[in-house]
Amino acid sequence: MDKKKLVIGVIGADVHAVGISILQHAFEDAGFDVTNLGVMVSQEEYISAAIETGADGIMVSSLYGHGELDCRGLREKCDEAGLKGILLYVGGNIVVGKQPFDEVEKRFKAMGFDRVFGPGTAPETTIAALYEDFGIEAPKTAE
Amino acid sequence: MKPILLVDFGSTNTKVTAVDVENCEVLGTAAAYTTVETDINNGLREAVSNLEKITGHIEYEERYACSSAAGGLKMISIGLVPELTAQASREASLGAGAKVWKTYSFNLTKGDMREIEEYHPDIILLTGGTDGGNSECILYNAQMLSSLSYDCPIVIAGNRCAAEECQEILGERTTYLCENVMPRLGELNVEPTQKQIREIFLKRIVQGKGLSEASDLVSGIIMPTPSAMLTAMELLSDGWEEIPGIGELVGVDLGGATTDIYSIAEGSPANMGTVMKGIQEPYAKRSVEGDIGMRYSVHGILEAVGDRRLSKISGINRQKIKELVDYLGDHTDYIPDNEEMEKMDYALACAAVETAVARHAGSLEQVYTPCGLTYLQSGKDLRRVKYVVVTGGALIHAKHTEEIAKFALYDESTPGSLRPENAEILVDRKYILAAMGLLSQHYPAAALEIMKKEIAYYGHKE
Repeated sequence: MDKKKLVIGVIGADVHAVGISILQHAFEDAGFDVTNLGVMVSQEEYISAAIETGADGIMVSSLYGHGELDCRGLREKCDEAGLKGILLYVGGNIVVGKQPFDEVEKRFKAMGFDRVFGPGTAPETTIAALYEDFGIEAPKTAE
Repeated sequence: MKPILLVDFGSTNTKVTAVDVENCEVLGTAAAYTTVETDINNGLREAVSNLEKITGHIEYEERYACSSAAGGLKMISIGLVPELTAQASREASLGAGAKVWKTYSFNLTKGDMREIEEYHPDIILLTGGTDGGNSECILYNAQMLSSLSYDCPIVIAGNRCAAEECQEILGERTTYLCENVMPRLGELNVEPTQKQIREIFLKRIVQGKGLSEASDLVSGIIMPTPSAMLTAMELLSDGWEEIPGIGELVGVDLGGATTDIYSIAEGSPANMGTVMKGIQEPYAKRSVEGDIGMRYSVHGILEAVGDRRLSKISGINRQKIKELVDYLGDHTDYIPDNEEMEKMDYALACAAVETAVARHAGSLEQVYTPCGLTYLQSGKDLRRVKYVVVTGGALIHAKHTEEIAKFALYDESTPGSLRPENAEILVDRKYILAAMGLLSQHYPAAALEIMKKEIAYYGHKE
């Protein structure tokens, strides 16, 4: 079966460059075809990249606390651009300060994200969720 | 002595350059007025006879020609997302020396097909999708193109997983498969496509435009003129084998209808902290400003910079500017015969150079983030480029060529525009660049040596 394709990047004016590279390697090792847009990615860039690469999912990272503002409207823009039903994940320090995570998750899910991950989430957690959502079996042994 | 004749068939002029490749010298240059309607051999014969007035009769050992006559190499480019594969497709066509009439994105409509049919391009470049990426769009567009009424060569250079299927859809039509112009997101791969376009030009286009009639006089039309230009600039910049070039450069070719800008430069960010945006741009890049030219497109200059700017450079009052621009647009063969018109032409040339180079060069934007100040760069950073080479009749015959060319340089009032900061201005006085691009196909070392002598004045200072 063809590899599932992911577009990843750090949204908004966020310049945290290290984590996104770690995620790229983790996703690639887990069997995904990854297009890494790097840092300071706008909503339009995620969408253009997803159209051109025929992506199955967009993984949004945010570490500087402004994720809630940056992510607003992304699902609607995806719908508008013909990416209806594309898998949308968000993760990192996505809100300002320390807030109860279940409330944060609720707000981002209301924005149209399929999965929401809080600070300190291990890549394995996200990868497990990807396998589940794409309905693919996790490989028995790592390469 | 080994004399070679180089011919440039233009839409209004046939230019000839005689060189001696043994001594690396220009023997003479001349031009004659031509039109597409008349037999191009007439223009060539006249130009050669003008040349012989300077050089005396010469028995040429070889003759080569390039052409931009009959509208040049007419192409349309098709991609998926405007700023991604459609842009890559456009860059590929421009770099091959084509006149890109229009670039289409997403699915072609019936209206688009009517437009294409009417424009009647020489070659269509069909792209879309990264390798393994979107294939629906390119397949759909191949289907649309299969209804074209004539057999226009179609170069397929999109998602490799869909390319063969596109070829099947297009069936009996003339198609060529190439590597994807954008194999991975943001990554440009234009050379294989450009090579293919040049081959098609050689095999098919030249015959179709009545240019083969010139074949008794020349050994063959081997490239489109803009492609010869780009080749010459690349050679002058990079050198040939052990002979060094002059290094990174920007080329400005100001014409009556369009302005072409070339850059042979990496253009990577100057600082570590700069974040790159948009697609990677080609090392040898050509851009064409169809709305910027000294006569046919003179209104485009006024629109781009405004009457205030033109008034400031020329000293002519704003009310008068519009009137003079209208006059120039209506009298496309006018050559200034009074002081006011000279000033007007000077200001227009300055504004044209400034606008065209600013559009070609990249830009740098300051962004204040919660993590501090960051820079976003899109396009090429040309600030460290050391030479600006100017060519084109409107510039090399102007009175103040150097002053006009300085408008290609970095300007403190627009610090975000990444134009050359401290570049030396080199002038292609004898208008030989295209000829040298042609010559370089067979005699690269001689072409380089001649360009250094004639344009860069290496070892030639008196």
